[in-house]
Amino acid sequence: MIYINIFFNETYKILFLLIPVLVSVALIVWLDRRIWAFVQKRKGPNVVGPFGLLQTFADALKYMFKEIIIPSSAHKIIFILAPIVTLTLSLVAWAVIPFSEQLVLSDINVGILYLFAISSLSVYGIIMGGWASNSKYPFLGAIRSAAQMISYEVSIGIIIINVLLCVGSLNLNKIVLAQSNVWFVLPLFPMFVIFFISALAETNRPPFDLPEAESELVAGYQTEYSGMMYAMFWLGEYANILLLCALGSILFLGGWLSPIDISPFNLLPGPFWMIFKILFLFILFSLVKAIVPRYRFDQLMRLGWKIFLPLSLFWVVLTASFLFFTETLPLIG
Amino acid sequence: MKINRIVKTIFMADFVSALLLAIKISFKTKKTINYPFEKGKLSPRFRGEHALRRYPNGEERCIACKLCEAVCPAQAITIESEIKPDGSRKTSRYDIDMLKCIYCGLCEESCPVDAIVQGPNFEFATETREELYYNKKKLLENGDKWETALAANIKSDSAFR
Repeated sequence: MIYINIFFNETYKILFLLIPVLVSVALIVWLDRRIWAFVQKRKGPNVVGPFGLLQTFADALKYMFKEIIIPSSAHKIIFILAPIVTLTLSLVAWAVIPFSEQLVLSDINVGILYLFAISSLSVYGIIMGGWASNSKYPFLGAIRSAAQMISYEVSIGIIIINVLLCVGSLNLNKIVLAQSNVWFVLPLFPMFVIFFISALAETNRPPFDLPEAESELVAGYQTEYSGMMYAMFWLGEYANILLLCALGSILFLGGWLSPIDISPFNLLPGPFWMIFKILFLFILFSLVKAIVPRYRFDQLMRLGWKIFLPLSLFWVVLTASFLFFTETLPLIG
Repeated sequence: MKINRIVKTIFMADFVSALLLAIKISFKTKKTINYPFEKGKLSPRFRGEHALRRYPNGEERCIACKLCEAVCPAQAITIESEIKPDGSRKTSRYDIDMLKCIYCGLCEESCPVDAIVQGPNFEFATETREELYYNKKKLLENGDKWETALAANIKSDSAFR
């Protein structure tokens, strides 16, 4: 009996996290399209619901009623598994994101490591989709995507080391609390910029949307997908974008802390500031999508390995030596 | 010069200025319209759906001269004529295959009595092919329906003809 109780308790908690995440993913797709349209002096989706807010739900409904086509040459099991893997991994990672000191599904010790591991795994969904389609464009798209995500994960990892050096803990809540005096975006500003650009590459957003470069690869690894399976890729992609926005705001923008610790600001609850910061980063994401042209693949690789990697490594040394010589190196734990 | 460029690259000057420009532009008035609810302005010369017009007393304008049939580059028009009891020559058949038509407007230009015209309507999509084989009845109906707009367009454009 007690086990059933625990089971239901946990299920409620998970649903309480997952449903808002999925709804906000739908809204964020709308926001993305809307900002993109505004920069191009268009109106964007504004018919379904107030300001077109329900546009994504209408699209999702359309995808649900569409036929799922599985190519005859595709590897059926992996083909079906790929979008499930993508969506699951991008949702699983939300378990450790703290929305306030208490509001976190599982406050584990190695939260940042867990996040990093999950976001590294998400490349599998894309590779599986591209390989199982057994077709030219998805395959090329998947290869590109794998190369891109792996190379940018390296620099993201080293940027995270920078932050961890200043915190001395892998717990996400402790990372946030370490920023109560000054957000890491100020002392580590170059790292924040590199993190932002790497996050763009990590989530296959323009200017690094090579895996689904329409002019070259039709739609990359999604080419053979249709109906709900395509929608799952699409949900997973945007959930990943939101996740990296959340990670960015935890690492650099002080997570759920209010910007100034004065009365009207710190009275607002933590989730408000967290969502506010995620939205801020996401608006930057979609503005970047609207203004930049696509990178060439060799330029992308050069940027990742020859510029970001040495720069972030150099900054690790700089941070470490600064902390060591001023004797402010945090204690482990 | 080169140092200038390096500094610009490091601080991503071009990117930042583009970002500011994008933010500035996104608050400007939009160039697009809510199409099915509001429509763009059409020139009086706009070549849309065809219509056969009538004189104010209800008599058909078309005199079956078949100039439009002859000039039509897509050969979309088919006309058959007969002599009416009052001695006037009128069409007994006037078909336009709207699928063949290339909307060049030559029929309208060749017509000596402004009978066949192309109106401002461009939303005449149908569910079957057959509905787009227009006959005389359909064309005359169009003429009755759009007469006010057609007359106004012909009048405003007459100075340039």
